[in-house]
Amino acid sequence: MTYLAKPCLHHPSLATNKVGYTRRDYEGKVSTLCAGCGHDSISAAIVQACWELDIEPYRVAKLSGIGCSSKTPDYFLGAAHGFNTVHGRMPSVLTGANLANRELLYLGISGDGDSASIGLGQFAHAMRRGVRMVYIVENNGVYGLTKGQFSATADNGSKSKKGVVNHENPVDLVSMALQLGASYVARGFSGDKAQLVPLIKGAMGHAGAAFLDIISPCVAFNNHAGSTRSYDYVREHNEAVNRLDVITPRHPIAVDYAPGEVVEVIQHDGHALRLRKLHDGYDPTDRLAAMNHVQTHQARGEIVTGLLYVDAEASDLHEALQTSHMPLNTLGRDELCPGADALARINAGLGCQGS
Amino acid sequence: MNRIEAVNDFVVKFANVNGSGSSSANELFAKAILQMGVPVSPRNIFPSNIQGLPTWYEVRVSEAGYLGRRGGVDLMVAMNPQTWDADVAEIEPGGYLFHDNTRPLPASKFRHDIHVIGMPLTELCNAAYADPRQRQLFKNIAYVGALSVLLQIDPSVFDTLFAQQYKGKEKLLDANLLALRLGIDYARTHLTQPLGLRVQRSDRVGRQIFVDGNSAAALGCVYGGATVAAWYPITPSSSVAEAFQRYCARFRIDPASGQHNYAIVQAEDEIASIGMVVGAGWNGARAFTATSGPGVSLMTEFIGLAYFAEIPATIINVQRGGPSTGMPTRTQQADILSCAYASHGDTRHVLLFPEDPHECFEHAATALDLADRLQTPVFVMTDLDIGMNQRLCQPFAWDPARDYDRGKVMSAAQLEAGADFGRYKDVDGDGIPWRTLPGTHPSLGSYFTRGTTRDAYARYSERGPDYVANVQRLLKKFATAAELVPAPVQRPAAQSTPLGVIYFGSTSPAMHEALDVLGEAGIHLDALRLRAFPFSTAVADFLAEHEQVFVVEQNRDAQMHSLLVNELALDPARLVRVLHYDGTPITARFITDAITRRLQLGTPPRQPQAKDHHHGECTA
Ligand SMILES: Cc1ncc(C[n+]2csc(CCOP(=O)(O)OP(=O)(O)O)c2C)c(N)n1
Ligand code: SF4
Ligand SMILES: [Mg+2]
Repeated sequence: MTYLAKPCLHHPSLATNKVGYTRRDYEGKVSTLCAGCGHDSISAAIVQACWELDIEPYRVAKLSGIGCSSKTPDYFLGAAHGFNTVHGRMPSVLTGANLANRELLYLGISGDGDSASIGLGQFAHAMRRGVRMVYIVENNGVYGLTKGQFSATADNGSKSKKGVVNHENPVDLVSMALQLGASYVARGFSGDKAQLVPLIKGAMGHAGAAFLDIISPCVAFNNHAGSTRSYDYVREHNEAVNRLDVITPRHPIAVDYAPGEVVEVIQHDGHALRLRKLHDGYDPTDRLAAMNHVQTHQARGEIVTGLLYVDAEASDLHEALQTSHMPLNTLGRDELCPGADALARINAGLGCQGS
Repeated sequence: MNRIEAVNDFVVKFANVNGSGSSSANELFAKAILQMGVPVSPRNIFPSNIQGLPTWYEVRVSEAGYLGRRGGVDLMVAMNPQTWDADVAEIEPGGYLFHDNTRPLPASKFRHDIHVIGMPLTELCNAAYADPRQRQLFKNIAYVGALSVLLQIDPSVFDTLFAQQYKGKEKLLDANLLALRLGIDYARTHLTQPLGLRVQRSDRVGRQIFVDGNSAAALGCVYGGATVAAWYPITPSSSVAEAFQRYCARFRIDPASGQHNYAIVQAEDEIASIGMVVGAGWNGARAFTATSGPGVSLMTEFIGLAYFAEIPATIINVQRGGPSTGMPTRTQQADILSCAYASHGDTRHVLLFPEDPHECFEHAATALDLADRLQTPVFVMTDLDIGMNQRLCQPFAWDPARDYDRGKVMSAAQLEAGADFGRYKDVDGDGIPWRTLPGTHPSLGSYFTRGTTRDAYARYSERGPDYVANVQRLLKKFATAAELVPAPVQRPAAQSTPLGVIYFGSTSPAMHEALDVLGEAGIHLDALRLRAFPFSTAVADFLAEHEQVFVVEQNRDAQMHSLLVNELALDPARLVRVLHYDGTPITARFITDAITRRLQLGTPPRQPQAKDHHHGECTA
């Protein structure tokens, strides 16, 4: 649709990016979440990432499940179509949407209840399938929307606002994503935008299934002492393995790092991921090492953040299925219908007399 | 002793053990008779098991073209010792028993009122083949050879069939020919006592095709432009997806680039299958899933979403016996209500009822059009009987001028030209709103799809008037659907009558035969075959025009009867239920009996009786 005039409704003095949009064009409706909710910071980071990457908002499809987190696609990229599906089933809807039109950027927003409880199966299978998408779990350890019950990511021993202690072991979505074949796996914290925006940008340039677990405190139900998902707790226990910069092909590399401390990964779309290492020996291209690192530090009560794993050569479901390069939803009768003559031959093959 | 004498009008039943290679031999037998120009309808009766359990293959031969199950057996080919007693008991008096007499059986194992034909199949095959597997396998082909002599089937038909089947596989051809000859030669020299049953060349098959409904539905999806299929294996629907895969490999791969103009995903369960279909439909691709009752149960939350958020989705429900896992390899029409009203809240869905593979093809393609036009889930309600059995039917038809009806999808140009886009706004009185696809226009036409309530412009709203306006519009849309779905087919009686009968789906052939039999007996009924829900005015008119209307269906609870009463606000007393639900396909005898008894005695419906002749059929 590049022949269409770009919208020009805003003040001429507002800065535009390469594709002619102002930052405001990436915003959505006014959020109705609680003031201070981590989810709103993630929305802001998504806005920032899309704007910086010069993504045209309408070329994004936003899908979500049900929950406070899943409401957020209404609060960013207002010019993009959004789909608030059913609880825990966003991955399948996203998969179908992606199959229909491989040209859009698919952004899946979910919560920890949505993905780790009711939707654990769909989460796992979407990772296995290698659907090209940016799958974000806004992880607060509780069901925000239904008022503070524990979710399946709540740590064993953590205490709810009402004083109830959780006795079940947590699901670690990052470990699962690594094990199931996600080709870009990161963990971030809604309170650390400087780390978060590049993680999202890196995911948006990724050619396969990108998964981001973003710790996102719920100020209403899980930000008290005794919670392991409060702002204070996460700040104290955050162990960043690296700091990421995403360098678009258009921008020359501006920052200089001391040699030996930087890993550079060039992704499929030409974006370079520059990783400033914070942990000696952490190699984000080694899946087994990543799994080991995450588990080891988790056992110590540390929350490992950063880009945990990336496979720069990743491919996706369309490549596996050899789907047409033209989006399937653009194909018409001429491409799809074998026609009356072919049917006559089929009928002849199914006929009963003579040969 | 009485002897059944019949030309081109009898039932042969094969009793086998599954996994023994009998099914292709039995199919060869059916096709041989078709080659003689005589209509047959075979039915597989099989267990939910891979090897070792009893299976039956019942072939009805009918010059008149009656393709329903007749009931009763004239010739039993008893190859399974496990089921011997029941199989022998099922033969009509004066009928025939064909069996392997390599090992002699005591006289007590036989009946006095049937004719027994023994052939030492095991002995013959052990002598002819060294390989134990071949010995077993070719017994089946050998009995087909012998039966062909007994029934006077022209041996040349096998040349044609083998030539088709084994083109390029000459070694297989030779082995099969040898087995066939073995049977033919033995029968010619040893089985000289003539059988009362005979096949005679006829011209009643004509241009008809012989195909199973699941393949037909899959082909309908290919012709209808489905590009995304998501499914989870379940009997009796799996072969829909498998056939779709096969036809796509043949017709949908671009020869130049090798690119696939389709995507098939075997999902992790039925919830994911329907989720993918909904996602693809939302994004403008034609998508379908194929499933059966348990799958529909899992899908219901999504079906409600697709109804309320107005997203096209095509669901092929190959019904089997329920509830729960029920009778997974038997047939029923027992998902009518669970599909018509699937999901919580006030919902209603479009259902199509194909009668045979020809209509499975047609309705599958139509469902894809209707789903796009109406922006709602559409069910194709087929069943195991037509889905998994090959059936003689009219050739598939496709009008070369036919294009896909994509429904109201607003383009970038329309948006640019200033069209007022309200996603849930009724602009022309049919209740169907316009939609836009993601990625259409940089600044116009985007909206947020949700399962929560919203106003006409897709803005979240819990206001009562917004909610009511929206759900009222959905009702209007459903009324529009009634005029778009395939119209009912009427078969007026030979003379005017206050009696009517309503039927649908796989009941068709049994019903048509029953109507002929009843007509000959002086009982005249106008018949109406439903092809879809919602019901069009023609259905209401038919009901109004008749004093008493029988509703014939294959479930316990008279689900179609309930749907008619509920949707058309009828007095239930005017409708008489004729219910068949033991898992076997309904028969003409059953329908004739039920209607005759009701008319003669005016009795209320009788409860099913387990001892009824054929697998405990019940009556009205
Ligand atoms: C089938 C179903 N069951 C239950 C619910 C109720 N429900 C809505 S949101 C939610 C939990 C959401 O938790 P999470 O995904 O963590 O989102 P958060 O609100 O914490 O961001 C539940 C249980 C539902 N909508 N659907
Ligand atoms: S309840 Fe918690 S998760 Fe929901 S909006 Fe409020 S702070 Fe955020
Ligand atoms: Mg949560």
